[in-house]
Amino acid sequence: MAQNGMDLTKQQMHVVVVGHVDHGKSTIIGRLLADTNSLPKGKLEAVREKCRKGGKPFEYAFLIDALKDEQAQSITIDSARVFFQSEKRNYIIIDAPGHIEFIKNMVTGASHAEAAILVIDADEGVQENSRRHGYLLGMLGIKKIVVVVNKMDLVRYSEEVFKGIVEEYSRYLDGLGIQPMCYIPVSGREGDGVVKPSPNLAWYTGPSVLSALDLFEKEKPLSDLPLRLPVQDVYKFSNYGDNRRIVAGNIASGRIKAGDELVFYPSGKRTRVKTLESFNAPRITSRETGQTVGFTMVEQIYVNRGQIATRAKDAPPHVSSRMRASIFWLGKQPLVMGKDYILKLGTSHERVQVADIHKIIDASDYEAQNDRTQIDHHDVAEVTFKLAHPIAFDTSEKFPETSRFVLVDEFEIRGGGIVLEALPDEDSQIREDVYTRNLKWIPSLVTMSQRAEKYNQRSSIVVITGKRHCGRKILARKLERQLFEDGKLVYYLGIGSLLYGVNADLKRRGLASDWREHVRRFAEVAHLFMDAGIMLVVTAIELTQDDRDILETVIDKDMVHVVWVGEKVTTDIEYDLHLKDTKNPDEGVVLVKHLLQARGIIFKP
Amino acid sequence: MEHLQELEYRSVYILREAYANFKNLGMLWSMGKDSTVLLWLARKAFFGHVPFPLIHIDTHYKIPEMITYRDRLVREMKLTMVIGSNDEALAEKRTFPDGAVDRLTCCKLLKTDALRRTLNGEGKRMVYNHETNRYEEEKNPEPFTGVIVGARADEEGSRSKERYFSPRDRQNEWDIAEQPPEFWNQYKTDFAPGTNVRIHPLLDWTELNIWEYILAENIPTVSLYYNHGDGKRYRSLGCYPCTFPVESTASTVQEIIDELSVGKFANIAERSGRAQDKDDGGGLETLRREGYM
Repeated sequence: MAQNGMDLTKQQMHVVVVGHVDHGKSTIIGRLLADTNSLPKGKLEAVREKCRKGGKPFEYAFLIDALKDEQAQSITIDSARVFFQSEKRNYIIIDAPGHIEFIKNMVTGASHAEAAILVIDADEGVQENSRRHGYLLGMLGIKKIVVVVNKMDLVRYSEEVFKGIVEEYSRYLDGLGIQPMCYIPVSGREGDGVVKPSPNLAWYTGPSVLSALDLFEKEKPLSDLPLRLPVQDVYKFSNYGDNRRIVAGNIASGRIKAGDELVFYPSGKRTRVKTLESFNAPRITSRETGQTVGFTMVEQIYVNRGQIATRAKDAPPHVSSRMRASIFWLGKQPLVMGKDYILKLGTSHERVQVADIHKIIDASDYEAQNDRTQIDHHDVAEVTFKLAHPIAFDTSEKFPETSRFVLVDEFEIRGGGIVLEALPDEDSQIREDVYTRNLKWIPSLVTMSQRAEKYNQRSSIVVITGKRHCGRKILARKLERQLFEDGKLVYYLGIGSLLYGVNADLKRRGLASDWREHVRRFAEVAHLFMDAGIMLVVTAIELTQDDRDILETVIDKDMVHVVWVGEKVTTDIEYDLHLKDTKNPDEGVVLVKHLLQARGIIFKP
Repeated sequence: MEHLQELEYRSVYILREAYANFKNLGMLWSMGKDSTVLLWLARKAFFGHVPFPLIHIDTHYKIPEMITYRDRLVREMKLTMVIGSNDEALAEKRTFPDGAVDRLTCCKLLKTDALRRTLNGEGKRMVYNHETNRYEEEKNPEPFTGVIVGARADEEGSRSKERYFSPRDRQNEWDIAEQPPEFWNQYKTDFAPGTNVRIHPLLDWTELNIWEYILAENIPTVSLYYNHGDGKRYRSLGCYPCTFPVESTASTVQEIIDELSVGKFANIAERSGRAQDKDDGGGLETLRREGYM
């Protein structure tokens, strides 16, 4: 390796060095390398000699460039990143600095760091990037921060200057709720206070930079927190002769073991862990935070990528399509209200719009501005998001992993942030009721999968919608007849039929104001059919996406199939099949059957 | 061994992200130790299976043991194996061993060009048929949109600038300055039609980690890596005209690990036996920008 033997058995900590340009980041790193004897033999002398020959004064910052040159020539077999060591552990410096798009690289580097050194020039004082980087460290969740006031030699080691900077900067950090471990006066050039205390700074009694880093303790894994397992995928490799259906992911917090009762969100579906699966490893019975896991389930419920699994006895995550969040924006084009972006949180991937901008903290002075309608390059802001569909998530104070997200614009990650608060959306109450209903449901001994196997079909609902007189009912009746003749358990239900039975009270009161309740009750009725293993064909006039959202809150998303009938689609509903007309309803029946076959609801004969 | 597990968890996560997000996904397998560890990690991620094709760019100058080993594992692990090569350049003898071109041009023709045409579906692809035990031409090959590659950040200068998910444009080119940020465990998984993405699950691994993992998991490797009595072994595998064995008596995985961590190779670069690196000024950046692995 490029540097003298790193003892691999020692603990490692990843450190990022940030701060305003020319405040001495590289000099501090150079000092840490040199004064901890972490440089290759003769390196320091070689660089000094090179400077002498070139007639320029030696600087410690040159050491980093020299190491990089060496790595470029490929004589390393170990980490390409720069590291130094103390008695206690190895520190790996993440190569964040770089002139172009510094913030972008800093975010990439700093998001993998455990600790940060933030450098401020004693002579120049707190500058734009001192504030910006402080803010970003807070948002990236880096809590181990040392603030280094560098170039103390330029201010004659003045305690007053140091105190002034500490006062100004800590006031700023206080406002953000960030508490650095300490402020340290140093001179990188002279070596005062970086690794050893210095007589020039006799008035300072705190630790050197290296001792301060050594005081940090490694973060304890979050295994005692509630389980959060973002589902990465569900595998069934049956064409390899493997019939296991395995749910896979990495554990963001908590632990999981065989036999645990799990709940998946947003659906609220419950099942039990049957076995934990692995390859080329002894059989495992439990896994915890940070580990990868795959498991089979006792009851084969519908699970898909993007959901979060938790244990039934753990506190559940939030589920909503609205949230308040703190974000940073790296895109050259501004982030604007009313435009579609993608929000990725855990393994979910969802369309999102900025519904409201609460405040923008200006990139240069971080004073809140409240009158802006767009978020510019490198801005930091607090916003309300509206997602196209609800997702499961947490808030940032307790769950770092499941409260972080990135924003994708035009296929590129252009921003990120943390969730501050879950806001109710219009389906929150319905969702709560469904979770309670699932919890309180009096279970039968016949499972869904047993019914599916016996009836040779999966429960599902085909919603046929469109304008009045578009031929919905003709198609629905034909479809029911055909499926019935095929031997399926199928039932046709016009949504209007409920108005004279289950929903007679709503009809009496006048439907317009109670439409959502009408749809909810219809969905609950449909849920009974689904639970009984039956296929439901439903007709309704001009259903909207809002209606579909209710339906998908009450019953499993993968059971719902929407067919729009008619030349023009007159609502915002997301449909699965569009039939221009029903002049030939038999053809429509064939197309719907193809859809159901493609989705594995019924099988090809 | 805790650090190996952490590396494994991250690589497994990245492999699953790749599988979940790319419809036409493939993985380059050179039969070297790195891409073989990658193959093993895929089996970890997918519980014993490798649910996408492996791609080998055959220059026809590979050391024969590598090809024997490849086909043995293909059969044993029931792998979907795709092979591509630059048949035109080989037929016209435009190669370095034929004395027609220099080393770098030979690499460009037999590796970079062959790779590009194999990935985009223009070149001929041969696929192993497990019933007939032969390679047969693939009909209607589709372009790969995601390609998993075993590059490591510590190999040489240019690779340490890589991301886990690294987009390539239509010409297969790599724009170092305009790379998307990667933070937390979110990667670039959305892509414009026509572009493709290189995925690097081994970016954080070192040469030493690779051998430690081979030892811990007992992964089968090519015999060329070990000394068989003549005091020589290969540290890095490639084409025989340009790859040379190193002086070493290490004949087991453990001996290789000792040699790398405290022994004679603790300060010498892995690719020092690769002649083409020196011809490219040490960085390989020129070749890599055009799609070389």
